Amino acid sequence: MSVFDTVVRLIYLTAAVGFVLGLHLMNSPATARRGNQVSAAGMIVAVVTTVVVIVHDKTITGTGWAVLVAGAVCGAGAGLYSARTVQMTAMPQLVSIFNAVGGGAAALLAIDDLVRSAHVIPRVAVTGALDIVIGGVTFTGSLIAAGKLQGLIPGRPLVFPGSRLANPLIAAVFTGAAVWLIAQPKSTAALILMTVAALGFGVTMVLPIGGADMPVVISLLNAFTGTAVAMAGFVLENTMLITAGALVGASGSILTKLMADAMNRSIGNIVAGGFGTGDSAAPVTAGMGSVREVTADDVAIQLAYASKVIFVPGYGLAAAQAQHEAAELGELLERHGVEVDYAIHPVAGRMPGHMNVLLAEANVPYPQLKEMEEANTEFPRADVVLVVGANDVTNPAARRPGNAVSGMPILDVDKAKSVVVIKRSMGHGYAGIDNELYTDPKTGMLFSDAKKALAGLAAAVKTLVGS
Amino acid sequence: MSADLLSDLTVFVLSLLVGFEVISKVPATLHTPLMSGANSIHGIVVVGAMLIAASVHGPLGYVLAFFAMAFAGMNVAGGYLVTDRMLQMFRSRPAAADGRRAVARGDGSGPR
Repeated sequence: MSVFDTVVRLIYLTAAVGFVLGLHLMNSPATARRGNQVSAAGMIVAVVTTVVVIVHDKTITGTGWAVLVAGAVCGAGAGLYSARTVQMTAMPQLVSIFNAVGGGAAALLAIDDLVRSAHVIPRVAVTGALDIVIGGVTFTGSLIAAGKLQGLIPGRPLVFPGSRLANPLIAAVFTGAAVWLIAQPKSTAALILMTVAALGFGVTMVLPIGGADMPVVISLLNAFTGTAVAMAGFVLENTMLITAGALVGASGSILTKLMADAMNRSIGNIVAGGFGTGDSAAPVTAGMGSVREVTADDVAIQLAYASKVIFVPGYGLAAAQAQHEAAELGELLERHGVEVDYAIHPVAGRMPGHMNVLLAEANVPYPQLKEMEEANTEFPRADVVLVVGANDVTNPAARRPGNAVSGMPILDVDKAKSVVVIKRSMGHGYAGIDNELYTDPKTGMLFSDAKKALAGLAAAVKTLVGS
Repeated sequence: MSADLLSDLTVFVLSLLVGFEVISKVPATLHTPLMSGANSIHGIVVVGAMLIAASVHGPLGYVLAFFAMAFAGMNVAGGYLVTDRMLQMFRSRPAAADGRRAVARGDGSGPR
């Protein structure tokens, strides 16, 4: 190994260390931003070093440079533009799209290598086939997931006749094609068949999964991309790609499991899809009693004279983009001497931690954001709990066996002295069952759009406290 | 199995373990930024795309290299920027307000 190669390898190693340190610094909100910067610095070092390697190797053609620069400008330009302009509520879609292109790029690397090499050794054939399959599934799967979150594709599970058979069938096709490709690496037919089957599998895998499960799916696909990139590293014999890809593969898997656990679902159950169609709705034993409807003025009085108020923001708040109104009301109450906290269920919003991002955007200081366990010790002390657009995660039925939410970790909202639920209608949550919290005598229902209701409450509180 | 493949495999497995270890400590608050941050790290595929662009010849190769480059560039540049945008919003409350808050909570509500 020449001195140049050695130095390059050592610099690549530094970049990999940067990725690990960066992820490590993301452990705490105080250092997270620096962590991302350390990781970005590692990336810049890696890219600059690669430019030096390319110049040093002198194998690149003029057209090669043009293609490299044009691709970089188009891709990075589109990425930077969308990252700068995206609404915080649309964040999950964008991450999904970035994930899709990452997987697509990883698959293209292997396709190029297989097409170009005159002689393909078995290790390249095997890892290349894995790379193309995983990258291909990720590419279309992530695009479908983004489409569902954006509302371009119906969020409900799309199940067509025979769809249960489609997945195993397509999986069998790409497995067969992959075996064929490994046996005959120069077979273009095998390569095309495998690629098309993998792309198709991404579609048929994600289509039957309900929109509310998309966060788990995106997280799973993120892990897939990491693995695909690691496989690309095997194909190109580049250790840094292997390291970084494996890191992401591991992180994505952990996140996916955490998210699935929080919803009391297994990953297999989510991927099987079809959930949330309503056919699984179990009748609630207590039956649906009458609910007590309240007006904004009633609620404003309750809030203004409380000593402790806990907000429970959910998916509905994110969908209505009402985080600023919630923060404004919270701040108003704080100024008035009311203790305000936000109880965040692990799966509130559209991705784990998404609600924290939305509230952080609205300038809610993160010490006020309580995770589920901490919040559950606080509910008994709360005078009013304001549930905004959250449903299943507050349903006391989860403590009983035998229904769709049984065993799901919930926020113990019903332990508070009184509860106000802001909701547009009596519609069911994602699990498709009635929420017993709503018929609790201490619960008042304020039927309205989250954004309007919160703004109205803030105005009413202002009049009351005269500030 | 060649020595090269064996050492690559070692790197792969150990990196997986490091990933599990580093990441399982992250609080739920940071899961979305973390997912986005991890997403930008697999943008390292851009290095592979650059190396491909440096060695291809012929129209098909150039087309593949262009798309690989554009995809990877979007992943890496957008990924880091959007993660940074999210993280810069995580602020603690200014010190003065923190003091007032502590007083407001000193009402015998017990340890938190």
